[in-house]
Amino acid sequence: MNPQPVTILVLGATSAIAQATCRKLAHKDARFLLVGRDEQRLKSIAVDLEQRSLCQANILETELTVISGHAAILEKASSTLGETIDLSLIAYGTLPDQLATQDNPEAILESLHTNFNSVASLLTHLAMHYEKQKSGTIAVITSVAADRGRKTLYTYCAAKAGISAFADGIRGRLFPHNVQVLNIKPGIVDTPMTAHLGKGDIAAKPSEVAEDIQRAILKKKDVLYTPKKWWAILFVIRHIPEWIFKRLTI
Amino acid sequence: MAIGESWGRTLKADQEIHPRYWTNQPLPDIHAGKSLLPYGLGRSYGDSCLNDGGILIPTASLDRIIHFDRENGTIRAEAGISLADILQVVVPAGWFLPVVPGTKFITLGGAIANDIHGKNHHTAGTFGRHVRGIELQRSDGTSTVCTQTQDTDLLRATIGGLGLTGLILWAEIRLKKIVSSTIVSETIKVKNLDAFLELSASSDKDFEYTVAWLDSQSKSHGKGIFIRGNHSENPKHGLKVHNAPKLPCPMDAPNFMLNPLTVKAFNFAYYNKQLGKEKTATVHYDPFFFPLDAVHDWNRIYGKRGFYQYQFVLPEMKDHQAVRDILDVIARSGQGSFLAVIKTFGEIRSPGLLSFPRPGVTVALDFPNCGNKTMRLFEEMDRIVLKNNGRLYPAKDACMTPRAFTLCYPETKAFLPFVDPAFSSSFWRRVEQEAKS
Repeated sequence: MNPQPVTILVLGATSAIAQATCRKLAHKDARFLLVGRDEQRLKSIAVDLEQRSLCQANILETELTVISGHAAILEKASSTLGETIDLSLIAYGTLPDQLATQDNPEAILESLHTNFNSVASLLTHLAMHYEKQKSGTIAVITSVAADRGRKTLYTYCAAKAGISAFADGIRGRLFPHNVQVLNIKPGIVDTPMTAHLGKGDIAAKPSEVAEDIQRAILKKKDVLYTPKKWWAILFVIRHIPEWIFKRLTI
Repeated sequence: MAIGESWGRTLKADQEIHPRYWTNQPLPDIHAGKSLLPYGLGRSYGDSCLNDGGILIPTASLDRIIHFDRENGTIRAEAGISLADILQVVVPAGWFLPVVPGTKFITLGGAIANDIHGKNHHTAGTFGRHVRGIELQRSDGTSTVCTQTQDTDLLRATIGGLGLTGLILWAEIRLKKIVSSTIVSETIKVKNLDAFLELSASSDKDFEYTVAWLDSQSKSHGKGIFIRGNHSENPKHGLKVHNAPKLPCPMDAPNFMLNPLTVKAFNFAYYNKQLGKEKTATVHYDPFFFPLDAVHDWNRIYGKRGFYQYQFVLPEMKDHQAVRDILDVIARSGQGSFLAVIKTFGEIRSPGLLSFPRPGVTVALDFPNCGNKTMRLFEEMDRIVLKNNGRLYPAKDACMTPRAFTLCYPETKAFLPFVDPAFSSSFWRRVEQEAKS
């Protein structure tokens, strides 16, 4: 079991899942650094956390896709939270419109840059930090889409699959140093990113996902499918033979 | 519950859904003449939370707390926060909501837009009385902060204004001090309406909360159980918040489940649940105020056909003959289901132009949707309500005629200038024609 995290760095703090997770993790001794690109929104989240739980929440306005700024984010985290960062959560990403972008290499590279390159860069900085820290948790939100490339979403699947593999590797690298690397694979969640999908009842609430994330952090899990049913769904999807799968329209 | 039907599930709406996530966003683009309607948690029973052919703006993600003054007991929060969520934050600090309805799964904005009332109407008035200020976003691109001293007319129009005056971004309310999260409650069997009225009048002075459950099918008009209570003064009871609901309602019940016999059996069991005439108990606020919240989606017990709720208030009058008449009509029809809720409203004036509560006796009860038979019953009840200067509650309504609305709410004329031209609802389109003419 991990202890309840006290110092928490959130990269992409305005994402719906990040907001819900912060609420679950907030307690009166907790200290947050919330990183994102909209100062006003970050402030409203920080104030909400402080008012609810009497915790302390600082914000950092920055563009996470600008890789040259990543070292400075880690420095800022150390100066606000102290040398020990109990939890770092990477929670940002975009959902590209596959049909509209699949014949546009620039659009695809741009989405890979956001969802893969910039996340890989942050994970690298975090790996270096946690290797020295020798405790704590790196959590990264990927997706159930990471488990198999689908024709309706393959740019996104590829980026998330890439990050999953990258995180798995870092988990191995940091295992001897007592660091948990948690790969969070949400199914369809009711968030702004998926608002246009017309999800009906299948979408989970961010608060349900946040509860699973909190539990997975405390239990030192490696991979989390959330809500749980997605583990079974993906188990089936992973085992459909490719000669059938390529004919499916999912 | 899927967005596109309301709590009673009798009406369906085809509407575009544009959820709102941040206060610093603009209103959705109005295209093809489509109108806008804010939407909270969809607990309104009829069509006041639907916008067929228009755009619905779900606000549940606008749920951040902006300031909680733990010393003086005020809270300012974004309008989509639920009352359940507010209680979770304020109860441990020794505060409670000034007014709560029968469910905690409504939003702050919805509580204002319907100017809701509770079991303490006789001591606290409506929810709107405890609103210190709001910020209202309008379709002309402006946002207005309305308080008791600034743009007060717009505040009074928005309280009870059914979401038609604009989108409430945040609201600040006064809280009520408590030392324990429990209620000392007394339940007393009453034999008839007179006994209820007498007990209600004599309890109003010493009890903050009063309400009664009546057997809607009893021929003696008002056999039931009277409930009264006060917040416990004993700090030893602690400041524990409510738990998440445990029991889901797993499926729609078949229509035959609710028939006059099962309803009778239920009412008999409920009335005789307690053997003695009086019972005193210290209970948590959750079962005291929100007994039905324990079953998530309880509206599904009425099956796919859905149900209506009918709530009226009749002004105080000698003998309460009108209340008797209407209870008689319901009992004879055999259509009323389970229990009716009855409460005497106090004299405290509601602040909203279109607030429902006024001094008198209010009754609310459910009717399974039996098509024309139910409509005919409502027409008969409407006649009694309107003849006796009563009024119906839009938050519960799916059937009120435009004429009935105009008779119930003569203040509509004063309200009209505050309606945002881009905002509308299925309810509003149904009743507004007469109001405008």
